[in-house]
Amino acid sequence: MKTTIKYLVAAVATLSLNAYAADIKIGVAEALTGPAAKYGVSIKNGFTLASEEINAKGGVNGNKISLVIEDEQGKKEEAINVFKKLIFQDKVLMVFGPTLSNSAFAADPIAVAAKTVVFGTSNTASGLTDIGPYVFRNSVMEADVLPVVVKRAISEYKLKKVAVIYGNDDAFTKSGYDEFKKALEANKMPVTTTVTYAKGDVDFKAQLTKIKETNPDAIICSCLAEEAANIILQTRTLGMSQPFVGGNGFNSPKLFEISKHAADGTLMGSPWSAENATPANKAFIAAYKAKFNADPDQFAAQAYDAMNIVATALKKVTLGASLEADRQALFQALPKVQHAGATGKFTFVKAAGKDGKEAGYDAKQDAIVNIARNGKFVLLK
Amino acid sequence: MFSQQLINAVSLGSVYALFALGFTLIFGVLGVINLAHGAVFMLGSYIALLLVEQFSLPILPALLLAMVVSGLFAVLIDLLVLRPLRARNAPHLAPMIATIGVAILVTNIMQGLLGAEVKRFPVGTLPDESLGFGDLHITALQIGIVVISLLLMAGLWVMMKRTQLGRSLRAIAESPKAAALLGIPVESLFYFTSFLAGALGGAAGVLVGLSFNAISPFMGQPMLHKGIAVIILGGMGDIRGALIGGIFLGFAEVFSVAYISSDFRDAVAFGFLFLILLIKPSGLFGKILERKA
Repeated sequence: MKTTIKYLVAAVATLSLNAYAADIKIGVAEALTGPAAKYGVSIKNGFTLASEEINAKGGVNGNKISLVIEDEQGKKEEAINVFKKLIFQDKVLMVFGPTLSNSAFAADPIAVAAKTVVFGTSNTASGLTDIGPYVFRNSVMEADVLPVVVKRAISEYKLKKVAVIYGNDDAFTKSGYDEFKKALEANKMPVTTTVTYAKGDVDFKAQLTKIKETNPDAIICSCLAEEAANIILQTRTLGMSQPFVGGNGFNSPKLFEISKHAADGTLMGSPWSAENATPANKAFIAAYKAKFNADPDQFAAQAYDAMNIVATALKKVTLGASLEADRQALFQALPKVQHAGATGKFTFVKAAGKDGKEAGYDAKQDAIVNIARNGKFVLLK
Repeated sequence: MFSQQLINAVSLGSVYALFALGFTLIFGVLGVINLAHGAVFMLGSYIALLLVEQFSLPILPALLLAMVVSGLFAVLIDLLVLRPLRARNAPHLAPMIATIGVAILVTNIMQGLLGAEVKRFPVGTLPDESLGFGDLHITALQIGIVVISLLLMAGLWVMMKRTQLGRSLRAIAESPKAAALLGIPVESLFYFTSFLAGALGGAAGVLVGLSFNAISPFMGQPMLHKGIAVIILGGMGDIRGALIGGIFLGFAEVFSVAYISSDFRDAVAFGFLFLILLIKPSGLFGKILERKA
């Protein structure tokens, strides 16, 4: 009888041990289809690579990370649906995503209301972390990157006047434009003309002809990669040879796939560069190539770092009390993380917030200025 | 820069006209607003890309083959979707809604097969360099699009007005029932029209893909919106209307960017459109619509 009880106790103990060495469920809501999929798929790959590496080393304090990946299609409505599913139905510890700032403005309030950490790795629009304290991001804001790029462009090309083109119906390109405008004003750089286009446009020649008329020294472009590539090609067709200065949207292999060498001379600021030869970055690039048989981009690097940042925070946390307590514990631990990953040294900085509301956490990281040469971006030295 | 903007306007307008040509043809003969025309347009572009990339075909045969495949695809839509609705005497809006479904289906299938990425024809498919006349720049392709649009329109116009086939098609446009009573093979001419419209849509897709390097599963949607505006402006079902309407929209867009503000481009362009429709509600050449009503 006694032995039976002993066995029973042992059995129950193993069972509960198994239960405690449970998976840490982390939600991933990214655009895996639709026009933003080129970013979303890279991001998903970054998360997958990092979580597999962490699990291969025995997980976080013995707990394996398990990703619940959902496609938010780069649409606001879909992002809201996916966030609700992950937070309330799948009961994940936290959510990564969504891919576009546009969707983040719509979906992040759901996570904030549920007191769940939402961690964007690709949302660069300013004001996003004002949504609430649970909003985190390791994507450096355009507000931090663009002034560095503008300053460098002015000295590199000895600019006297510039023209500006941007997409005015997209949160990302519009917010990039606002930051460019501020940076240009700060440097007292005259703007000859500012022109806009709408999503889905393919012919930009009317706008570019208008720019040509004003004969600027360079063209500032807050655009997504494909639009930018097409804009650059059409600029050259119109017989203009000015260099371009771009925002984060330029940071995609697509830019060169479409524009080829026409984009040479373009300056772009980014939080990550394949040429940054730190050991952490080299290891990331090698591992990514081995797993996906493709070159990583900035978005994969940021996602990879983000997963490691969360893992670092989770190491300091004891999980298993209740979902609410676990979520709260992660929320408390995350801001303290300091990390040196593929994108370099990283810490969180508390956002100022608006109207006295408590805000979330932005990224603090140095920007890298790149120049396009022979169909790829290299460090501008 | 006025003359450069003039060139920009004519070339953009021709693109719209080219797209609207097949769109308006289907409406004129079948009486259906075929909202899958954007999908046919997209498909044409991808087929030519496939032929050029995978089978190293020169662009001209690729264009012709893409037109044939797009045409056959449009016939398939007619066969599987429009014909059953016709046979059941479905109300006017049913085929329109059904073609929205076709468009979504095709777009999603293409996206699933080939991804959402924007693709371009390989460099060197056509010469990239623009011809410069002093400060004016125009590419061979821009000239090509204008000429092809004009030729196709003229060809269609002659066919409709001068041939027995055209007479039959116009009779169908007037009344399919009466045409059938007169011994015109209405159903097979419906297929023929679908084929022709699909081929025109496919050709537009290839040319747009070539000139703007922006082939994607979603390329049909913005074009469809403009296309609807163009054929309403030109007069539903009228071939000249498609050309004039397309060129008009091109001018309205380009010149509002050039002389008003790019922020108000669509507001100005569509404002103009609205004004014209106020004065002439059936569109510039809108006789068929009046007769149909």
